[in-house]
Amino acid sequence: MISDRRTSWLMIAPALALVTVLFFAPLLRVLVISVTEPSFGLGNYALLLTSASIQRTLLTTLRICVFTTAITLVLAYLVAYVLTHARPAAQRLMLLGVLLPLWMSVLVRAFAWVTLLRREGLINKALEALGLIDHPLSLMWNETGVTIGMVHYMLPLGILPLWSAMRAIDGRVVAAARGLGAGPAQAFLRIFLPLSLPGVIGAGLLVFIFSLGFFITPAILGGGKIIMVAEYIDGQIQETLRWGVGTMVASTLIATIFLLMVVLGRIVDLRTLFGAK
Amino acid sequence: MERMLQPGRSVRTLGWSVICFLLLPVLVIFPISVTDRRFLSMPQHGISFEHYANLFTSPDWLGSIGQSLVIGIVSSAIAVTAGTLCAIGCWRLSSRAGEIVRGLMLVPIVVPTIVYAIGIYRFWVDLRLLDTYTGVILVHAVTGVPYVVITVSTALAGFDQRLEQAARNLGASMPQTLWRVVLPSILPGVVSGAIFAFIQSWDELVIVLFIASRAIFTLPRRIWDGINEHLDPTMAAVAAILILLSALLLVVDLSIRRKREG
Repeated sequence: MISDRRTSWLMIAPALALVTVLFFAPLLRVLVISVTEPSFGLGNYALLLTSASIQRTLLTTLRICVFTTAITLVLAYLVAYVLTHARPAAQRLMLLGVLLPLWMSVLVRAFAWVTLLRREGLINKALEALGLIDHPLSLMWNETGVTIGMVHYMLPLGILPLWSAMRAIDGRVVAAARGLGAGPAQAFLRIFLPLSLPGVIGAGLLVFIFSLGFFITPAILGGGKIIMVAEYIDGQIQETLRWGVGTMVASTLIATIFLLMVVLGRIVDLRTLFGAK
Repeated sequence: MERMLQPGRSVRTLGWSVICFLLLPVLVIFPISVTDRRFLSMPQHGISFEHYANLFTSPDWLGSIGQSLVIGIVSSAIAVTAGTLCAIGCWRLSSRAGEIVRGLMLVPIVVPTIVYAIGIYRFWVDLRLLDTYTGVILVHAVTGVPYVVITVSTALAGFDQRLEQAARNLGASMPQTLWRVVLPSILPGVVSGAIFAFIQSWDELVIVLFIASRAIFTLPRRIWDGINEHLDPTMAAVAAILILLSALLLVVDLSIRRKREG
């Protein structure tokens, strides 16, 4: 039995070593740099309270993430609900429509949105051809564009956990409510919706967490005008070489995410959230 | 559940509209990639495969595709080996310690890539691994491990532990047992993990923006430069091919899963 345990640990060792040395150590280093450069102490963290540009970035990030999460949740709930009640053939088709974008490269998706949203893009051309607008709408390089791109990225990540939460709801409970005289709206609002609420909160937190550190889509669709926190960190490191500030913001971001993960872990079983699909 | 709370026609229409929104980028890329004009637009007078020809004769694009393939294949091979062994180890332990290790392995998925990128950049400066195959492959292997651990753990959850003990009792050595008893029954999970690990390397941009410069110019970096500098229809041809590749891998993964369930 003892040697058996040792074999198990030997099997775990390579991956554990890889992740510890090449993931956790560099991550720890980021935390260390944030309190040692340019000098030892919490000087960088004081900027959270004093720097207008950092506060503006954090506020922009928060606003975009809240909007993205809210819109994603509403749309994802709708799709998950239809998906749960669809016939098998329709369900397969719908699921394919959710999975294909999920599997697509984030760069390819951002590129496609650029072709659709820019001034001379397909949406403006189509609206002009229909005579609905005289001047092209500005759909990107602003928060609208960033939010559209982010909602598109986050939707599958919201739909899948919501769908698995809804599948777990016992249909007989709803049937019983209907049998006892509840109307469809009442049965939905008082039975189905409350039962699906843990799934909603879980999916919402997951989407929010992924939105917070999102880099590629906001950078492309924001065009340097809308700076979210990940792009801000990138700028601090690559352009102004202020490692202390960059790593401080990065550490703050990680701390926020871990805090949210703890909350998430209390609401749903994280393993099913990641492992189910 | 049937007939009790069926969504009405309007709800169904809304649901399918969201699916259309999700597929919109897929639907526009293909016509743009065969446009007969020199800028990003719908085809005007006819379709042309000129942009595909440009792509397949451009040494820059082909070089990047080649580099991304090498990095993706080698790094996912490392991730699959380490991740599969780790998942089996945790499963054999079936204890609190195993659970904790599995939990640790999930952390890289939720840490924003930009944060990890700046950390590993400093590391690679010290070790002189910036802008090398080794540097990029190691990083992509590490970030691929979590996906393999997840898919293999899921496959192992349905595998009876007594089968392994039976094989051992009948005199099979440990490597024999793993290779001939455990591995065949969890193979779908392993293949699934390999696909995920490959895709995450193949698509990864943020880290290579930091740790690569001239020598390593992967496909995502080439696309990133294209989007930021010259938006031309060759990009649409690249995007179209990448979408087809994702669709192909998705179908492979789905058929593996179906086989496992059925």
